[in-house]
Amino acid sequence: MRRPLPSSLMLHLALALCALVVIAPIVWTVGAAFRTQISLLMGHMTFTPIWNNFNEVLWSKTSDFLLNYRNSIIVGVASTGLCVVVATLAAFSLNRLNWPGWVVHIFLAWTMIFHMIPPVALASAWFAMARTVGLENTFTGLILAHATLNLPIAIWLMAVFIREVPKELEEAAIMDGASTPRVLWHVVLPLITPGLAATSILTFISSWNEFAVALTMTMKQTATVPVAIAKFAQDYEIQYTQMAASAALAMLPALIVLLIAQRYIVSGLTQGAVK
Amino acid sequence: MTTSQASARAATPPGSARSAAGHDASGCDASGYDASGRGDQRLWRWIAFAPALAMMVALSVLPIANLVVTSFQNITWADGQATRSWVGLTHYRALFSDNLFAAGLSNTVIFALAAVAGQMVLAFAMALMVSKIGRGRVLYRAIFILPLLIPGIVIGAIWKLMLNFDFGLVNKALGLFGVMPHDWLGSPETALLSVIVVDIWHWTPFCFLLFLAGLESLPQDVFEAAKMDGAGPWQELAYVTLPLMVPTIIVTFAFRLIVAFKVFDEVYLLTGGGPGTSTEVLSFTLYQRFFTEDKAGYGSAMSVAIIFLVSILLVVAISARRGTGRQP
Repeated sequence: MRRPLPSSLMLHLALALCALVVIAPIVWTVGAAFRTQISLLMGHMTFTPIWNNFNEVLWSKTSDFLLNYRNSIIVGVASTGLCVVVATLAAFSLNRLNWPGWVVHIFLAWTMIFHMIPPVALASAWFAMARTVGLENTFTGLILAHATLNLPIAIWLMAVFIREVPKELEEAAIMDGASTPRVLWHVVLPLITPGLAATSILTFISSWNEFAVALTMTMKQTATVPVAIAKFAQDYEIQYTQMAASAALAMLPALIVLLIAQRYIVSGLTQGAVK
Repeated sequence: MTTSQASARAATPPGSARSAAGHDASGCDASGYDASGRGDQRLWRWIAFAPALAMMVALSVLPIANLVVTSFQNITWADGQATRSWVGLTHYRALFSDNLFAAGLSNTVIFALAAVAGQMVLAFAMALMVSKIGRGRVLYRAIFILPLLIPGIVIGAIWKLMLNFDFGLVNKALGLFGVMPHDWLGSPETALLSVIVVDIWHWTPFCFLLFLAGLESLPQDVFEAAKMDGAGPWQELAYVTLPLMVPTIIVTFAFRLIVAFKVFDEVYLLTGGGPGTSTEVLSFTLYQRFFTEDKAGYGSAMSVAIIFLVSILLVVAISARRGTGRQP
């Protein structure tokens, strides 16, 4: 049964094949965004790149995509800010401020159950609640919904990072007479900035990508990018190349984040996922 | 906290790998620092915890309570006014004779098991390979993460193009090998399979990341000892690496299975549940009944049923984790 270890060359070949399978669909789709519908339908392998699809998607009078993009940024930034602040405070409180064990356990168990519920099941209840208090079709409603959806993971993540702060530092600050808020602000926060960055990035991406709740809680004026892209697919005659162009635009934040903050994403995904 | 043990196992950086062996090392430190009677802590712990508590109560406990109440009611709308009438268990009984719900349930189970199994195997192989190479690790990792960051809807759009009968790259590529073009999403036999493959493409990177983190945190001396004893690479994999990775594998499997049950975006865009009911999944059934058909009472009952099913899954997952946690 003994076989030699695959050589380094074989490993690289196999990995390169995996990388190709990951990248090819993305590159091909971005390529489709630069083609005419006819060129795509005819299946020519070569084509002259055109900007027409992006022009149509971004600047045409019938397209709301710029508005959708703005909406996604507003909802993403606001829900991330809210979520990360609330989660950091909660994680600090639960881990460092002597709560009885059962409080911590029940609360975290509830966040875990909540995290497992399909968003569609919650969307219906949120929609009904938003209608009752007059928040349907507003940013506030969607921002609150996204912040809540991401709260469990944000709390678990921040708890991991806060637990890594040496308790001795906090105790020393307390001995020096620092109040609890000062301990959090001057001792803990400076040490968990990488964790804050990771959590913020993941929360923003998660809000940017979220579809089910955005679909049910928004109308034309407040629709986010995923909702807009889903519309393309439902048209009777699908504008494939424009769909590709808007898909390419929707991937931009992911690419930027990957280029400048891969480290944070990796730490966030590996720490947060399994908690 | 049951949760933090997993982190110690799955994501400890190489330097602190030792703590991964003692499962309880980082487990229970929720006690806080020893505040010898500091008065302001009682106040501040409430102030810091209140926003999260308020959000969870207002936006998770209340909505779910609302769903439970509504699931026993019929709601009719007239002039913007809702009229509610109690119907007892009618909706829950109706669930059992709802063909769409039955299709959604069985498709979701098939989908989740097949997709997650595929992801685990592929991801393990990829993580093992990446952990064995010297240079290029960061580059491969960056590439493999990419699908995780893309919106599910965009992944749906990408694969709607890729799998298109007329011009999709998949049929083109298969054509090079002499395979006849096939309508992947339009035929009942291959629609669910296609959605599963798309999900594998989407989520294998996630398992890959966790496995890679797990592999990198394994204690190196065990491997050296195995080598000293003359173990070959395949023996090392079977008798050293795999057994050590069991906790990570189980945690990853449970987590992925739970998320797979929530699948909605890709199905919404790729197939809309069709053709027929071949790709009908639970979230999508719920969406149709609740929003498209506007059956709030029945939809709520279905939501409650789904939440109940998911809770069972959680209990199973937690007891599975407990079971492995005790192993040496």
